[in-house]
Amino acid sequence: MDVRVSSLRKEFDRYPALNDVSLSIRSGELIALLGPSGSGKTTLLRLIAGLEQPTAGNIFFGADDASLKTVQERNIGFVFQHYALFRHMTVAENIAFGLTVRPRGLRPQKAEIRRRVADLLEMVHLSGLEKRYPNQLSGGQRQRVALARAMAIEPKVLLLDEPFGALDAKVRKELRRWLRDFHDRTGHTTVFVTHDQEEALELADRVVVMSQGQIEQVGSSDDVYDRPNSPFVFSFIGDSASLPVTVEGETIRFRGEAIGITPSTGDIDAGTLFFRPQDVVLPPPGEPALEGRLSACRRLAGTRIADLDIGPPGAPHHVEIEIPLATTVRTGASLRFRPTRWKIFPHAA
Amino acid sequence: MAHDPATRRLRPPTTEAPFARYALMAIAFLFLALFLLLPLAAVFIEAFRKGAGEFLAAFGDPDTIAAIRLTLLVAAIAVPLNLVFGVAAAWAIAKFEFKGKAFLTTLIDLPFSVSPVISGLVYVLLFGSGSLLGPWLRSYGIEILFAVPGIVLATVFVTFPFVARELIPLMQEQGNGDEEAALSLGASGWQTFRHVTLPNIKWGLLYGVLLCNARAMGEFGAVSVVSGHIRGLTNTMPLHVEILYNEYNFVAAFAVASLLAALALVTLLVKTLLEFHYGAEIAAGRKH
Amino acid sequence: MNGFSASSPRWRLKTPSVLPGFGLTLGFSLAYLTLIILIPLSGLVWRTASLSAPEFLAILADPRTLNALKISFGTALAAALINVVFGCVVTWVIVRYDFPGRRIVDALVDLPFALPTAVAGISLAALYAPNGWIGHILGLAGIKAAFNPTGIVIALVFIGLPFVVRTVQPVMEELDREVEEAAATLGANRLQTIGRILLPGLAPAILTGFALSFARGVGEYGSVIFIAGNIPYVSEIAPLLIVIRLEEFNYAAATAIATIMLCISFAMLLVINLIQTWSRRRYGHGA
Repeated sequence: MDVRVSSLRKEFDRYPALNDVSLSIRSGELIALLGPSGSGKTTLLRLIAGLEQPTAGNIFFGADDASLKTVQERNIGFVFQHYALFRHMTVAENIAFGLTVRPRGLRPQKAEIRRRVADLLEMVHLSGLEKRYPNQLSGGQRQRVALARAMAIEPKVLLLDEPFGALDAKVRKELRRWLRDFHDRTGHTTVFVTHDQEEALELADRVVVMSQGQIEQVGSSDDVYDRPNSPFVFSFIGDSASLPVTVEGETIRFRGEAIGITPSTGDIDAGTLFFRPQDVVLPPPGEPALEGRLSACRRLAGTRIADLDIGPPGAPHHVEIEIPLATTVRTGASLRFRPTRWKIFPHAA
Repeated sequence: MAHDPATRRLRPPTTEAPFARYALMAIAFLFLALFLLLPLAAVFIEAFRKGAGEFLAAFGDPDTIAAIRLTLLVAAIAVPLNLVFGVAAAWAIAKFEFKGKAFLTTLIDLPFSVSPVISGLVYVLLFGSGSLLGPWLRSYGIEILFAVPGIVLATVFVTFPFVARELIPLMQEQGNGDEEAALSLGASGWQTFRHVTLPNIKWGLLYGVLLCNARAMGEFGAVSVVSGHIRGLTNTMPLHVEILYNEYNFVAAFAVASLLAALALVTLLVKTLLEFHYGAEIAAGRKH
Repeated sequence: MNGFSASSPRWRLKTPSVLPGFGLTLGFSLAYLTLIILIPLSGLVWRTASLSAPEFLAILADPRTLNALKISFGTALAAALINVVFGCVVTWVIVRYDFPGRRIVDALVDLPFALPTAVAGISLAALYAPNGWIGHILGLAGIKAAFNPTGIVIALVFIGLPFVVRTVQPVMEELDREVEEAAATLGANRLQTIGRILLPGLAPAILTGFALSFARGVGEYGSVIFIAGNIPYVSEIAPLLIVIRLEEFNYAAATAIATIMLCISFAMLLVINLIQTWSRRRYGHGA
């Protein structure tokens, strides 16, 4: 089932939580909504589910306008951040709930429900725990019960709100791999919300980066990491450094000095230069380059990180770059480098 | 609101449909009106049925004045006693770990689960003519039953848990850290209580005293059993209300009752204000 | 590791603490408790114990006693059931709906805690008597709401309501909205969500509120006697019979009835505790 969101707007007490958002999700895709808190990612998920009503805009499931349907009619599977298991029901009763509340004509036979529950428990590797109550389960087990419960109604779309947020680091890693595997086996269109970029980049087919109620970029992990299309995405995903620069013809200058790189397009005359710490070289003396004073030097796993102060001593820009392990520089000494991959974004108007 | 007919039934999934909402509210308000609001209003309406003159005349009766005086006296003795007990018991229970603590806490709650009539009965059995204690005390000229001491005792019994019950959860929640800090800075035990503990619990204490006082002034069953109903001598306000009512002197009965109802309203008002302003400081004991 | 620190099982009344005043406050509390509560109550137990078994049974077998107990427990049960139903509706409206005067309605629920029972008694009698405002209207419908067991139930509904509301309210306030949303995403309509998710979650609190309201109703005196009519065998409650027996100086009968009532009250307390323990174990939260 493909999902299409068009010009969606949501206001809470006149405050826009989501501002003109459009997005197309292909059938069977695993999509991550990534952004800092307050970026509107959970609001978007809840709008798709039907837990909130949009102020304006539409949501389509295939050709159906889902915005005309209640949450009950949309047939979505939703996994809540804190699982929202029914604590007075056993694991089996929790999973069967969505089937037992169906109208009499559509409700499967008792034996059929039992069989489906057993299948789902097996699928989430929890066979044997059907008689337990939620408070007798570990966090990871609860999370999988919640998933099985959502899958029991054979949803068209699976929606997960911070699915790993409440788990400790080790369980989180395991479940992340397991969820990818689970998705590949069932082939459901799946959307999950996360604020953890590592989780989004590792797990999703495509990542939707959001900020302040708007979509900044949609793309594969490679796209958003290697080809970020906005200063926000560049600085939000991965490590980065930035410097104000000017462009004169074929040269990029920092504080009036050429720094040895040339712009790809010529329509910018001033902007912010972004680059990643690992995308630098230390050029031989004499070639134009950026120059900074080393304020600290740290060993980080297989690399060495240099903290540099660039520019006027009164108000320097701080930049981190990776340097070869063998490099020996004293604190306070000057170090010259040049970005190998970079992007310039014009100053916001 | 009716801009798009297609969105008419799309309400948030955690609320009821409007008609269900209004029906539930109507049921709740009707129920509260019939059982709480009208009885409260009726007290004042009946009291003023024959005008303010008759209402005020009820308070000219010396027996009524005696009843008001006795009620104030009884509350003035019972409330401070239970206040001291409540603070002492809460200090021992909340600040220390000792054997039998849970049992002691249960015992303090005991008067809440005893019928008021039985609370009075136990004192009749203890000091009545058939007991050992009663005749012995009487031989020294000390009257307990059908006299003021009996009324005070019965009142103390029924209002016993109020202050302690309010303070124990509150002080348990606050822990011992503040007191330990004060002691480490050289304060004496009393100084610690006076300058550290008391400011922390003052609103909870006031709350407990308020409820204790309301019950002390309004107690009927227990006091009725031990008082002997001697007009002008052992009649508290609630008992006087009963006598006037049974004499078909309704205006006077409701006039005295309206005074008690006003006290209840003031209690509720102060209680609500305390909860509103110092909710967090008294929340631990908010559940009755 | 030396053998002293871990294994010196000397019996201690209290865990050591730097705070002063333990002896003084506990001593005073115990003395006061003993004087005010324990000695008088043990007097009751002693009196009961001095009754012979046949005497005791004869008092209980007296039809007037039996009827009084039946009326007290029957009306308390009916009132507690009414309070559970309407108390839950009132609590729901207070907790979930926003309307002008919500705080006032919330505060009003505590009225029965604050209003002296005798005042409530005469006021309810005046309202529900055949010539009262409400009694008059009910009379037109052929309903007699005072001076019979119905009147007792009305008084006990008044007295018991806050016990249900104040027990259920904190639990209802902490209901997790996500759980309701989860039920909706699984296709449950509002009625199914309330009936199968919310009410079972509230059940321990509702049961506790019911038990508290019932226990209070059984022992209630002041608010009942004015509206009950106090007709022996018909609308005479057990606490009133105790008072009547006392006025006849029939201490034995008064004691026997009181003992039975106390036993049942304590059984109720035990039931409440069991509900809460069970609920905590099963769902991980109390009532």
